[in-house]
Amino acid sequence: MTTIQAIIVIAVVAICTFIARGLPFALFGRKEPPKIVSYIGAVLPAAVIAVLVVYCLRNVNFTHAVNWLPAFIACGITAGLHVWKKNNLLSIGGGTICYMIMIQYLFV
Amino acid sequence: MRQRMIRRVDFGRHKLYDIVIMKKALKFAFIKDIPVMLGYIFMGIAFGLMLQDAGYDFKWAFCISLTCYAGTMQFVLVSLLSGGMNIPATIIMTFSINSRHIFYGLSFLKTFKKMGKAYPYMIFSLTDETYALLCGTKIPPEVDTRKAMLFMAALNQSYWVFGCTFGDLFGSLVKFDTTGVDFAMTALFIVIFIDQWQDAKTHLPVYIGVACGIISLLLIGPKNFIIPALAAAIGLLIVFKKPIEKSDPMLESENVTRADDEEREDEA
Repeated sequence: MTTIQAIIVIAVVAICTFIARGLPFALFGRKEPPKIVSYIGAVLPAAVIAVLVVYCLRNVNFTHAVNWLPAFIACGITAGLHVWKKNNLLSIGGGTICYMIMIQYLFV
Repeated sequence: MRQRMIRRVDFGRHKLYDIVIMKKALKFAFIKDIPVMLGYIFMGIAFGLMLQDAGYDFKWAFCISLTCYAGTMQFVLVSLLSGGMNIPATIIMTFSINSRHIFYGLSFLKTFKKMGKAYPYMIFSLTDETYALLCGTKIPPEVDTRKAMLFMAALNQSYWVFGCTFGDLFGSLVKFDTTGVDFAMTALFIVIFIDQWQDAKTHLPVYIGVACGIISLLLIGPKNFIIPALAAAIGLLIVFKKPIEKSDPMLESENVTRADDEEREDEA
Protein backbone atom coordinates (compact mmCIF):
# COMPACT_ATOMS: atom_id res chain seq x y z
CA MET A 1 0.00 0.00 0.00
CA THR A 2 1.36 3.41 -0.93
CA THR A 3 1.50 6.31 1.51
CA ILE A 4 -1.38 8.06 -0.28
CA GLN A 5 -3.51 4.92 -0.12
CA ALA A 6 -2.77 4.51 3.58
CA ILE A 7 -3.79 8.12 4.21
CA ILE A 8 -7.03 7.55 2.28
CA VAL A 9 -7.87 4.42 4.31
CA ILE A 10 -7.17 6.24 7.59
CA ALA A 11 -9.29 9.21 6.46
CA VAL A 12 -12.17 6.87 5.57
CA VAL A 13 -12.02 5.22 9.02
CA ALA A 14 -11.84 8.62 10.74
CA ILE A 15 -14.81 9.99 8.79
CA CYS A 16 -16.99 6.90 9.24
CA THR A 17 -16.23 6.81 12.97
CA PHE A 18 -17.21 10.46 13.31
CA ILE A 19 -20.41 9.87 11.31
CA ALA A 20 -21.39 7.01 13.64
CA ARG A 21 -20.83 9.19 16.70
CA GLY A 22 -22.51 12.23 15.16
CA LEU A 23 -25.60 10.60 13.69
CA PRO A 24 -27.95 11.14 16.67
CA PHE A 25 -26.88 14.78 16.83
CA ALA A 26 -27.47 15.22 13.09
CA LEU A 27 -30.93 13.64 13.42
CA PHE A 28 -32.15 15.17 16.68
CA GLY A 29 -29.68 17.90 17.60
CA ARG A 30 -31.30 20.80 15.75
CA LYS A 31 -34.61 21.15 17.48
CA GLU A 32 -36.25 19.70 20.51
CA PRO A 33 -35.91 15.90 20.16
CA PRO A 34 -39.14 13.83 20.19
CA LYS A 35 -40.23 12.78 23.67
CA ILE A 36 -39.52 9.13 23.04
CA VAL A 37 -35.92 9.96 22.02
CA SER A 38 -35.35 12.00 25.17
CA TYR A 39 -36.78 9.15 27.22
CA ILE A 40 -34.45 6.62 25.58
CA GLY A 41 -31.50 8.96 26.04
CA ALA A 42 -32.28 9.20 29.75
CA VAL A 43 -32.72 5.49 30.47
CA LEU A 44 -30.21 4.11 27.95
CA PRO A 45 -26.97 4.62 29.94
CA ALA A 46 -28.01 2.05 32.56
CA ALA A 47 -28.69 -0.53 29.84
CA VAL A 48 -25.60 0.37 27.79
CA ILE A 49 -23.24 0.06 30.77
CA ALA A 50 -24.70 -3.40 31.45
CA VAL A 51 -24.17 -4.39 27.81
CA LEU A 52 -20.60 -3.00 27.96
CA VAL A 53 -19.79 -5.19 30.95
CA VAL A 54 -21.00 -8.20 28.94
CA TYR A 55 -19.01 -6.87 25.96
CA CYS A 56 -15.79 -6.81 27.99
CA LEU A 57 -16.36 -10.40 29.06
CA ARG A 58 -17.48 -11.61 25.64
CA ASN A 59 -14.37 -13.66 24.93
CA VAL A 60 -14.47 -15.57 28.19
CA ASN A 61 -15.23 -19.22 27.50
CA PHE A 62 -16.48 -21.85 29.88
CA THR A 63 -14.68 -24.90 28.51
CA HIS A 64 -12.07 -24.78 31.24
CA ALA A 65 -11.95 -23.14 34.65
CA VAL A 66 -8.63 -21.49 33.70
CA ASN A 67 -10.45 -19.55 31.00
CA TRP A 68 -13.19 -17.97 33.04
CA LEU A 69 -12.24 -18.16 36.71
CA PRO A 70 -9.71 -15.26 36.72
CA ALA A 71 -12.08 -12.84 35.01
CA PHE A 72 -14.96 -13.72 37.31
CA ILE A 73 -12.88 -13.59 40.49
CA ALA A 74 -11.47 -10.22 39.41
CA CYS A 75 -14.98 -8.92 38.65
CA GLY A 76 -16.04 -10.09 42.10
CA ILE A 77 -13.06 -8.37 43.75
CA THR A 78 -13.75 -5.13 41.85
CA ALA A 79 -17.45 -5.18 42.75
CA GLY A 80 -16.75 -6.20 46.37
CA LEU A 81 -14.16 -3.47 46.89
CA HIS A 82 -16.47 -0.92 45.33
CA VAL A 83 -19.49 -1.80 47.43
CA TRP A 84 -17.27 -1.81 50.50
CA LYS A 85 -15.11 1.31 50.06
CA LYS A 86 -16.75 3.26 47.21
CA ASN A 87 -13.36 4.31 45.91
CA ASN A 88 -13.04 4.05 42.10
CA LEU A 89 -9.27 3.83 42.05
CA LEU A 90 -9.10 1.20 44.77
CA SER A 91 -11.78 -0.95 43.11
CA ILE A 92 -10.37 -0.68 39.59
CA GLY A 93 -6.72 -0.89 40.65
CA GLY A 94 -7.35 -3.78 43.03
CA GLY A 95 -9.39 -5.76 40.52
CA THR A 96 -6.92 -5.21 37.70
CA ILE A 97 -3.83 -6.11 39.75
CA CYS A 98 -5.53 -9.28 41.02
CA TYR A 99 -6.48 -10.18 37.45
CA MET A 100 -2.93 -9.64 36.18
CA ILE A 101 -1.44 -11.74 38.98
CA MET A 102 -3.96 -14.50 38.35
CA ILE A 103 -3.44 -14.79 34.61
CA GLN A 104 0.33 -14.27 34.76
CA TYR A 105 1.19 -16.51 37.71
CA LEU A 106 -1.70 -18.51 39.08
CA PHE A 107 -3.66 -19.75 36.09
CA VAL A 108 -0.92 -20.29 33.55
CA MET B 1 -8.40 57.22 34.58
CA ARG B 2 -9.76 55.76 37.75
CA GLN B 3 -12.50 54.06 35.83
CA ARG B 4 -9.93 52.52 33.57
CA MET B 5 -7.93 51.34 36.52
CA ILE B 6 -10.94 49.67 38.02
CA ARG B 7 -11.81 48.05 34.77
CA ARG B 8 -8.33 46.74 34.48
CA VAL B 9 -8.37 45.40 38.01
CA ASP B 10 -11.71 43.75 37.34
CA PHE B 11 -10.33 42.22 34.24
CA GLY B 12 -7.40 40.86 36.18
CA ARG B 13 -9.67 39.40 38.79
CA HIS B 14 -11.79 37.77 36.10
CA LYS B 15 -8.76 36.15 34.62
CA LEU B 16 -7.65 34.89 37.98
CA TYR B 17 -11.14 33.58 38.68
CA ASP B 18 -11.13 31.81 35.31
CA ILE B 19 -7.87 30.12 36.11
CA VAL B 20 -9.16 28.94 39.48
CA ILE B 21 -12.31 27.51 37.83
CA MET B 22 -10.20 25.92 35.14
CA LYS B 23 -7.85 24.34 37.63
CA LYS B 24 -10.71 22.95 39.68
CA ALA B 25 -12.35 21.38 36.63
CA LEU B 26 -9.04 20.00 35.40
CA LYS B 27 -8.22 18.46 38.75
CA PHE B 28 -11.67 16.92 38.97
CA ALA B 29 -11.40 15.50 35.44
CA PHE B 30 -7.89 14.22 36.04
CA ILE B 31 -8.91 12.20 39.10
CA LYS B 32 -12.00 10.77 37.40
CA ASP B 33 -9.92 9.87 34.36
CA ILE B 34 -7.18 7.92 36.14
CA PRO B 35 -8.71 4.47 35.48
CA VAL B 36 -9.08 5.33 31.80
CA MET B 37 -5.52 6.68 31.78
CA LEU B 38 -4.16 3.29 32.82
CA GLY B 39 -6.32 1.41 30.35
CA TYR B 40 -5.76 3.75 27.43
CA ILE B 41 -2.01 4.08 27.83
CA PHE B 42 -1.46 0.32 27.95
CA MET B 43 -3.99 -0.45 25.23
CA GLY B 44 -2.44 2.34 23.16
CA ILE B 45 1.01 0.81 23.62
CA ALA B 46 -0.35 -2.51 22.34
CA PHE B 47 -1.72 -0.71 19.29
CA GLY B 48 1.55 1.15 18.71
CA LEU B 49 3.49 -2.11 18.81
CA MET B 50 1.14 -3.66 16.27
CA LEU B 51 1.39 -0.67 13.97
CA GLN B 52 5.18 -0.69 14.28
CA ASP B 53 5.17 -4.36 13.26
CA ALA B 54 3.07 -3.47 10.23
CA GLY B 55 5.78 -1.03 9.17
CA TYR B 56 4.31 2.33 10.17
CA ASP B 57 6.33 4.61 12.41
CA PHE B 58 5.24 6.81 15.31
CA LYS B 59 4.03 9.66 13.09
CA TRP B 60 1.34 7.33 11.80
CA ALA B 61 0.41 6.18 15.29
CA PHE B 62 0.10 9.80 16.37
CA CYS B 63 -2.06 10.82 13.40
CA ILE B 64 -4.30 7.74 13.58
CA SER B 65 -4.99 8.07 17.30
CA LEU B 66 -5.59 11.79 16.85
CA THR B 67 -8.04 11.51 13.91
CA CYS B 68 -9.69 8.08 14.23
CA TYR B 69 -9.65 7.72 18.03
CA ALA B 70 -11.37 4.35 18.21
CA GLY B 71 -10.07 1.39 20.18
CA THR B 72 -11.14 -1.79 18.43
CA MET B 73 -11.37 -0.13 15.03
CA GLN B 74 -7.74 1.01 15.18
CA PHE B 75 -6.61 -2.56 15.71
CA VAL B 76 -8.67 -3.58 12.67
CA LEU B 77 -7.20 -0.62 10.80
CA VAL B 78 -3.72 -2.11 11.22
CA SER B 79 -4.80 -5.20 9.31
CA LEU B 80 -6.53 -3.04 6.70
CA LEU B 81 -3.29 -1.08 6.24
CA SER B 82 -1.33 -4.29 5.82
CA GLY B 83 -3.46 -5.48 2.89
CA GLY B 84 -4.39 -3.76 -0.36
CA MET B 85 -6.60 -0.69 -0.38
CA ASN B 86 -10.27 -1.66 -0.26
CA ILE B 87 -12.51 1.32 0.42
CA PRO B 88 -15.91 -0.47 0.52
CA ALA B 89 -14.54 -3.05 2.96
CA THR B 90 -13.05 -0.26 5.08
CA ILE B 91 -16.38 1.57 5.23
CA ILE B 92 -18.37 -1.56 6.08
CA MET B 93 -15.87 -2.63 8.74
CA THR B 94 -15.82 0.79 10.39
CA PHE B 95 -19.59 1.06 10.55
CA SER B 96 -20.11 -2.49 11.76
CA ILE B 97 -17.55 -2.06 14.55
CA ASN B 98 -18.42 1.49 15.58
CA SER B 99 -22.18 1.52 14.98
CA ARG B 100 -22.80 1.04 18.71
CA HIS B 101 -21.69 4.66 19.08
CA ILE B 102 -24.80 5.72 17.16
CA PHE B 103 -26.79 5.07 20.33
CA TYR B 104 -24.48 6.91 22.70
CA GLY B 105 -25.23 10.40 21.46
CA LEU B 106 -28.90 10.02 22.41
CA SER B 107 -28.00 10.56 26.07
CA PHE B 108 -26.15 13.81 25.39
CA LEU B 109 -28.26 15.55 22.76
CA LYS B 110 -28.95 18.59 24.91
CA THR B 111 -25.86 18.52 27.09
CA PHE B 112 -23.31 18.62 24.29
CA LYS B 113 -25.17 21.34 22.44
CA LYS B 114 -24.52 23.64 25.36
CA MET B 115 -20.79 23.09 25.11
CA GLY B 116 -20.31 25.90 22.56
CA LYS B 117 -17.14 25.56 20.56
CA ALA B 118 -16.43 22.16 22.11
CA TYR B 119 -19.65 20.68 20.65
CA PRO B 120 -18.05 18.90 17.66
CA TYR B 121 -15.14 17.71 19.76
CA MET B 122 -17.44 16.20 22.38
CA ILE B 123 -19.21 14.25 19.62
CA PHE B 124 -15.92 13.19 18.05
CA SER B 125 -14.44 11.97 21.33
CA LEU B 126 -17.44 9.93 22.51
CA THR B 127 -15.76 6.54 22.97
CA ASP B 128 -17.11 3.71 25.13
CA GLU B 129 -15.01 4.79 28.08
CA THR B 130 -15.72 8.51 27.76
CA TYR B 131 -19.44 7.78 27.38
CA ALA B 132 -19.47 5.57 30.46
CA LEU B 133 -17.46 8.11 32.44
CA LEU B 134 -19.66 11.04 31.44
CA CYS B 135 -22.80 9.06 32.30
CA GLY B 136 -21.41 7.73 35.54
CA THR B 137 -19.85 10.87 36.97
CA LYS B 138 -21.80 13.26 39.12
CA ILE B 139 -20.16 16.62 38.79
CA PRO B 140 -20.44 18.57 42.06
CA PRO B 141 -21.96 22.07 41.87
CA GLU B 142 -18.69 23.82 42.69
CA VAL B 143 -17.07 22.38 39.56
CA ASP B 144 -17.84 23.91 36.15
CA THR B 145 -19.85 21.16 34.41
CA ARG B 146 -18.93 22.01 30.83
CA LYS B 147 -15.24 22.49 31.49
CA ALA B 148 -15.08 19.27 33.51
CA MET B 149 -16.77 17.31 30.72
CA LEU B 150 -14.48 18.76 28.08
CA PHE B 151 -11.39 18.05 30.18
CA MET B 152 -12.53 14.49 30.84
CA ALA B 153 -12.97 13.87 27.12
CA ALA B 154 -9.75 15.61 26.10
CA LEU B 155 -7.59 14.01 28.81
CA ASN B 156 -8.87 10.60 27.76
CA GLN B 157 -7.84 11.21 24.19
CA SER B 158 -4.47 12.63 25.20
CA TYR B 159 -3.74 9.40 27.11
CA TRP B 160 -4.74 7.37 24.08
CA VAL B 161 -2.60 9.44 21.70
CA PHE B 162 0.32 9.24 24.11
CA GLY B 163 -0.04 5.46 24.52
CA CYS B 164 -0.27 4.81 20.77
CA THR B 165 2.67 7.04 19.89
CA PHE B 166 4.80 5.80 22.78
CA GLY B 167 4.01 2.18 21.93
CA ASP B 168 5.08 2.70 18.33
CA LEU B 169 8.31 4.41 19.42
CA PHE B 170 9.41 2.45 22.47
CA GLY B 171 6.84 -0.31 22.93
CA SER B 172 9.39 -3.02 22.29
CA LEU B 173 11.46 -1.70 25.22
CA VAL B 174 8.68 -2.24 27.75
CA LYS B 175 9.91 -5.27 29.64
CA PHE B 176 7.17 -5.25 32.23
CA ASP B 177 4.58 -7.93 31.42
CA THR B 178 1.35 -6.01 30.93
CA THR B 179 -0.84 -9.00 30.05
CA GLY B 180 -4.23 -8.48 31.62
CA VAL B 181 -3.98 -4.72 32.14
CA ASP B 182 -6.91 -4.35 29.76
CA PHE B 183 -9.06 -5.61 32.62
CA ALA B 184 -8.96 -2.00 33.88
CA MET B 185 -11.64 -1.15 31.30
CA THR B 186 -13.86 -4.02 32.46
CA ALA B 187 -13.36 -2.90 36.05
CA LEU B 188 -14.24 0.69 35.10
CA PHE B 189 -17.53 -0.44 33.59
CA ILE B 190 -18.28 -2.60 36.65
CA VAL B 191 -17.65 0.35 38.97
CA ILE B 192 -19.92 2.63 36.94
CA PHE B 193 -22.47 -0.18 36.80
CA ILE B 194 -22.55 -0.41 40.60
CA ASP B 195 -22.71 3.38 41.05
CA GLN B 196 -25.65 3.59 38.68
CA TRP B 197 -27.32 0.62 40.31
CA GLN B 198 -27.14 2.23 43.74
CA ASP B 199 -28.45 5.57 42.47
CA ALA B 200 -31.23 4.23 40.27
CA LYS B 201 -34.84 4.41 41.35
CA THR B 202 -35.74 1.58 39.02
CA HIS B 203 -33.48 -1.27 38.02
CA LEU B 204 -35.56 -2.32 35.05
CA PRO B 205 -33.24 -0.67 32.45
CA VAL B 206 -30.28 -2.50 34.01
CA TYR B 207 -32.09 -5.85 33.92
CA ILE B 208 -32.99 -5.16 30.30
CA GLY B 209 -29.36 -4.39 29.46
CA VAL B 210 -27.99 -7.47 31.21
CA ALA B 211 -30.61 -9.76 29.67
CA CYS B 212 -30.22 -8.37 26.14
CA GLY B 213 -26.43 -8.51 26.41
CA ILE B 214 -26.25 -12.10 27.62
CA ILE B 215 -29.01 -13.50 25.40
CA SER B 216 -27.58 -11.79 22.32
CA LEU B 217 -24.08 -13.03 23.17
CA LEU B 218 -25.34 -16.61 23.53
CA LEU B 219 -27.41 -16.47 20.34
CA ILE B 220 -25.08 -14.54 18.03
CA GLY B 221 -21.62 -15.09 19.50
CA PRO B 222 -18.94 -12.65 20.64
CA LYS B 223 -18.19 -11.02 17.30
CA ASN B 224 -21.40 -9.23 16.35
CA PHE B 225 -23.64 -9.35 19.40
CA ILE B 226 -23.50 -5.76 20.61
CA ILE B 227 -25.72 -4.08 18.00
CA PRO B 228 -28.56 -6.62 18.29
CA ALA B 229 -28.20 -6.35 22.08
CA LEU B 230 -28.50 -2.55 22.05
CA ALA B 231 -31.33 -2.59 19.52
CA ALA B 232 -33.25 -5.15 21.61
CA ALA B 233 -32.57 -3.09 24.74
CA ILE B 234 -34.02 0.04 23.11
CA GLY B 235 -37.06 -1.96 21.97
CA LEU B 236 -37.66 -3.27 25.49
CA LEU B 237 -37.08 0.15 27.05
CA ILE B 238 -39.87 1.46 24.82
CA VAL B 239 -42.13 -1.50 25.67
CA PHE B 240 -41.59 -0.93 29.39
CA LYS B 241 -41.77 2.88 29.17
CA LYS B 242 -44.84 3.11 31.42
CA PRO B 243 -43.54 1.07 34.39
CA ILE B 244 -40.08 2.66 34.15
CA GLU B 245 -41.48 6.17 34.16
CA LYS B 246 -43.84 5.31 36.97
CA SER B 247 -41.06 4.16 39.26
CA ASP B 248 -38.90 7.17 38.42
CA PRO B 249 -41.10 10.28 38.49
CA MET B 250 -38.14 12.39 37.31
CA LEU B 251 -38.50 10.78 33.90
CA GLU B 252 -42.12 11.71 33.48
CA SER B 253 -41.45 15.38 33.86
CA GLU B 254 -40.41 15.36 30.21
CA ASN B 255 -36.95 15.40 28.72
CA VAL B 256 -34.84 14.50 31.65
CA THR B 257 -31.23 14.47 30.70
CA ARG B 258 -28.07 15.54 32.32
CA ALA B 259 -28.65 18.93 30.76
CA ASP B 260 -31.14 19.79 33.44
CA ASP B 261 -28.40 20.16 35.98
CA GLU B 262 -26.83 22.73 33.75
CA GLU B 263 -30.04 24.60 33.23
CA ARG B 264 -30.27 25.02 36.94
CA GLU B 265 -26.74 26.26 36.91
CA ASP B 266 -27.58 28.75 34.17
CA GLU B 267 -30.48 30.12 36.12
CA ALA B 268 -28.42 30.54 39.23
